[in-house]
Amino acid sequence: MRRAVLIAVPYLWLLALFLVPFIIVLKISLSDIALARPPYTPQLDLNEGWAGIRAFFAGLDFENFTFLSTDDLYWKAYLSSVRIAGIATLCTLLVGYPIAYGMARAPQEWRPTLLMLVILPFWTSFLIRVYSWIGILSSEGVLNQFLMGIGLIGEPLTILNTNTAVYIGIVYTYLPFMILPIYSALEKMDESLLEAAEDLGSSRFSAFWLVTIPLSRNGIVAGCFLVFIPSIGEFVIPSLLGGSDTLMIGKVLWEEFFSNRDWPVASAVAVVLLLILIIPIVLFQRSEENAREAGR
Amino acid sequence: MTKTLVTITASLALAAGMAAAEEVRVYNWSDYIDESLLEKFEQETGYELIYDVFDSNEVLETKMLAGGSGYDVVVPTGTFLQRQITAGAFQKLDKSKLPNIDNMWDVISDRTAKYDPGNEYSINYMWGTTGLGVNEGKVKEILGEDAPISSWDLIFKPENAEKLADCGIHMLDAPAEMIPAALNYLGEDPDSHDPDVIARAEEVLLPIRPYIQKFHSSEYINALANGDICVAVGWSGDVLQARDRAAEADNGVVIGYYAPDEGAQMWFDQMAIPVDAPNPEGAHAFLNFIMDAQNMAAASNYVYYANGNKAAQEYLAEDVIGDPAIYPSAAALDNTFTTTPFPPRVQRTVTRLWTKIKSGT
Repeated sequence: MRRAVLIAVPYLWLLALFLVPFIIVLKISLSDIALARPPYTPQLDLNEGWAGIRAFFAGLDFENFTFLSTDDLYWKAYLSSVRIAGIATLCTLLVGYPIAYGMARAPQEWRPTLLMLVILPFWTSFLIRVYSWIGILSSEGVLNQFLMGIGLIGEPLTILNTNTAVYIGIVYTYLPFMILPIYSALEKMDESLLEAAEDLGSSRFSAFWLVTIPLSRNGIVAGCFLVFIPSIGEFVIPSLLGGSDTLMIGKVLWEEFFSNRDWPVASAVAVVLLLILIIPIVLFQRSEENAREAGR
Repeated sequence: MTKTLVTITASLALAAGMAAAEEVRVYNWSDYIDESLLEKFEQETGYELIYDVFDSNEVLETKMLAGGSGYDVVVPTGTFLQRQITAGAFQKLDKSKLPNIDNMWDVISDRTAKYDPGNEYSINYMWGTTGLGVNEGKVKEILGEDAPISSWDLIFKPENAEKLADCGIHMLDAPAEMIPAALNYLGEDPDSHDPDVIARAEEVLLPIRPYIQKFHSSEYINALANGDICVAVGWSGDVLQARDRAAEADNGVVIGYYAPDEGAQMWFDQMAIPVDAPNPEGAHAFLNFIMDAQNMAAASNYVYYANGNKAAQEYLAEDVIGDPAIYPSAAALDNTFTTTPFPPRVQRTVTRLWTKIKSGT
């Protein structure tokens, strides 16, 4: 009995905060645009009884999904989002891993301070932190003035309003999400394993490659998911730092919802995005489970 | 304890949109009023005023279409207002509760009647034009003393845009402003709803696309004021704000606003009462307060936008009523055009065309 209650809590949570909103979005994605409040039809009219429910379901169709396939804008935006998120995740990993490694190898008494420093930026609003990059990267900004001041460049670099700025923004914003899981994996690692590897004739580099990396694999995977998934649908960073040719699905969604007022198509875009994200994650988890069972 | 409970109950009631009768909730554009007026309203009427701000018509429209916003007064722009009236988002004004409506200026009410026939649902708050914000020194340095700074030629001619590109050109991220401007430049009807005519806007905008640094509807204020860019297509009052910020910073940047010679788009921000406003009585009181000549003049003197109130004009500061960038001459007013909202199918064509212009896709 107590167990059932314990299990019911997370399930209810998921049901109320994930499944119900998803069903609402799915339902809107099957509706048609209308100039009304709210701006789509059909509306479920329970006063009509069964006839109303039947009329409601008869009004739903997959037209909006067919529409998405007729315009190459959507596929290009999805692909471009996956590419931007992928490159940004890789960069975050390359920056985040050494930091996490350094933290995990730091003297015990420093670690809480270092952890604090990683988390500290969260105390400022995300929006302000992204906005401040405009001041750093713009052509009259701090970075260009510094580089020109020391004579490294003669002309200001154009970084703001390009994809490079988007990568910088994503790496900066999501870095803690990469560092923390890797740090917690590395911190638990038993250092005597490295000593053993070196005793057995392994160089320090190959010990790192053959022992440390595989042992921190779970942290790397968790970190990559935590960075990749939110950045694929990112809207704030590309709209503040990106150029007008930065094509991301978050911006396309915004335009469908706000400029076209086409909630049904916007919902269809969101449903497809969810599928694109969920299918690889499910496949990945399955292969992980298979690997674990095979290893046993 | 009882007090806490009362507070909690009160906030719950608020959350449910059942605001207590003595509150008036207003949703207006950011930086768009003299805030001392808000206090004055509370003192004169005894209502408690809750004043929130937004910065895009699209955000307001989404709240209106979703319903249950909890606001008593909102301020959409004309084209958006018209569509929201059709969607049933607003209630008709009870003009018996608006004695100050006689103060309104027929020159403006005649034009707003295009969006709101008979002005039954709304009153004009402010109006302005869309035009060119120019960093005069830099532009003349690049294009010479006779640079066409008051003409769309300045950026719609690719050879000019190319020269200005390094200095920086910003464009409003608003297809409903930029496409009519391009059509007007071509000599087409700027208010055309014919997809084939609208597609012609490409002829103007695609060739200059490589020279546009950014499409954005508010960043240009700072960018102009700091001297980061040379030209921005922007809204009159915003460019004037940039002009004042540059003058305050004393950074040697001189900004000018020009309504294009070819004709400028004129727009109107209208105050209206949502159909589900919790306190329509208070909403009418607020509209009547705003239409008071001295109050309206105070607002315009503060934000540097023109208003639709004839009686207010005698209280306007000289640098407002006397500035042709704010109150254009009668001849300049004749050289303006207005637009009407696109139907959904055409809207999709417009948004798609705009995405193509912005992203090349």
